[in-house]
Amino acid sequence: MSVRLVSKEFKKQSKSDKAFDIINHIFLILILIVVLYPLWFIVIASFSSPNEVAAGNVLFWPKGFNVKGYAEIFKYEKIWIGYKNSIIYTFVGTAINLIATIPAAFAFSRKKDLVGSKFLMLLFTITMFFGGGLVPTYLLIQNLGLYDTMWALVLPGAVSVYNLIVARTFFDQSIPYELWEAATVDGCDYAKYFFRIVIPISKPIIAVMLLIYAVGHWNSYFNALIYIIDSAKQPLQVILREVLIQSQNVTNMTSTSMDTLEAQRQLSEMIKYGVIIVSSLPVLVMYPFVQKHFVKGMMIGAVKG
Amino acid sequence: MRKGRDGGVAAAAVQTNTAIRQKSVWERMKKCWQLYVFLIPALLSLIIFSYAPMYGIILAFKDYNPLDGIWGSEWVGLEHFIRFFNSPYFVQLLKNTLIISIYGLIVGFPIPILLALGLNYVRNLKFKKTVQTVTYAPYFISTVVLVGILNIVFSDKGFINQFITMTGHESILFMGIEKYWRHIYVWSGVWQSMGWSAIIYIAALAGVSPELHEAAIIDGASKLQRIRYIDLPAIMPTIVITLILNSGAIMSVGFEKAFLMQNPLNTGVSEIISTYIYKVGLISSEYGYSTAVGLFNSVVNCILLLTVNQVAKKMGQSSIW
Repeated sequence: MSVRLVSKEFKKQSKSDKAFDIINHIFLILILIVVLYPLWFIVIASFSSPNEVAAGNVLFWPKGFNVKGYAEIFKYEKIWIGYKNSIIYTFVGTAINLIATIPAAFAFSRKKDLVGSKFLMLLFTITMFFGGGLVPTYLLIQNLGLYDTMWALVLPGAVSVYNLIVARTFFDQSIPYELWEAATVDGCDYAKYFFRIVIPISKPIIAVMLLIYAVGHWNSYFNALIYIIDSAKQPLQVILREVLIQSQNVTNMTSTSMDTLEAQRQLSEMIKYGVIIVSSLPVLVMYPFVQKHFVKGMMIGAVKG
Repeated sequence: MRKGRDGGVAAAAVQTNTAIRQKSVWERMKKCWQLYVFLIPALLSLIIFSYAPMYGIILAFKDYNPLDGIWGSEWVGLEHFIRFFNSPYFVQLLKNTLIISIYGLIVGFPIPILLALGLNYVRNLKFKKTVQTVTYAPYFISTVVLVGILNIVFSDKGFINQFITMTGHESILFMGIEKYWRHIYVWSGVWQSMGWSAIIYIAALAGVSPELHEAAIIDGASKLQRIRYIDLPAIMPTIVITLILNSGAIMSVGFEKAFLMQNPLNTGVSEIISTYIYKVGLISSEYGYSTAVGLFNSVVNCILLLTVNQVAKKMGQSSIW
């Protein structure tokens, strides 16, 4: 703020500063366009007529508005089974993540009281850089009987050590030690202190963790690819891969004439655009609500991360 | 100050009777028993899903036979490693992995810093907020969707080829041509994560004392000079730590994106160590061999991390431990 005040006083900016401002704004506007345009293109293409998209007429605004792609998606049952599965996995998985991460982060933030905190932290940090690898983990999941169940997706990786460190730093820096001293005078123990005082004032970091973990579950596909066999248990991302990348046929049309073949090809392109929008909707809906928290939560948590 | 006092207490504690000291540690642990309870879920998860698989690493030295189990299978010494080092894939895999990760680091590391520095000098808060909100967003797109978008954007009818044909050139099938693959891989990574990676620098820049800038302005410093002499030194510790962490991940190029971007036309450049581990391990079921390749990868990774960390320490910069 005060930087702004001072620079207002010095209205006579030097030439080099003016040049800097211009170049800086051009740079940022370019970044804005490069990031935004592909996303915008997917949105407008999903509402446009496939002919117009193929002809290259859809550049800034939908042309030949239609929702055929979406209509086809609504009829495609597999996507909705995937949607339902992903919602369940995301809820269960995120709950497990939070239960494992937040209390542990709080415990580590009391490092003066926690005997052996250095050794315990080392135990956690090692796993950031070294692990068993793909095959040993795969065999473990099989031996534990988690293969082809939801638990193979939600239990491994219950704690992200990186997130734990971010949350610990938040507790460390944003909750004054005096609060603890005041609480102990009133006969408060760690558990009461944690649930009654720490949790209510730590909403930003909990919101950030919630978003990061939830998006992680919603977006993950690799674990499902290797651990889930039953197609009724597949999460959305696996289905998306079939539609988007392996170009599996979604439509029910079966025909051999050239015209309808081309129409079918175009429709399946429509479906691709639509599916991207439909699958990203939950994240898009959550994003603005959490975003204001996450800049704050991340900032305090990240500075000394 | 506090450190000195703690040291004094520790020295005093050493002098007292060992039995009493042990008791006091026990007492202190008893006093904070609830904190250990808080750690249980996280510890359990790490022990079961991070430490238990480390036992399976011995598979790298064995010929795995499902009937005999991990321990009962026959020892083969370094056979798997020798096979990997002698295989025609070894050099190519290593090269592919290193190229995309070092290329990604060279491009992907400075851009978020530039973005954060640029944003720091924007006075219009609305514009600043817009740029931030928009650039963070791609980070939340799934890899499947990202690769789906790439396929669409770079397809023969995608808008990139529309522009190319508009200028009178032949359209290019980007996703199937090896020489474009690495560029698409790296730059789409920059596109997806530059905003998110910038947050940590934005946070560090927000911590710079405004008085420093005021003094510099009064002394007639230009904005470039302020960046050079105030902002960069202020965020240097953050830059170094991020660089160390990124270097530690050089060998662990993400499996997901490379795997999804693979097609038969581009495997010459897109086959990297992690996709190879997956293919020989879970598709061809060569458990021992795959584990050996994975172990080689992790060890190289750890050596890189420790080296960069040591170099940073020697140069008087902050290090992660």
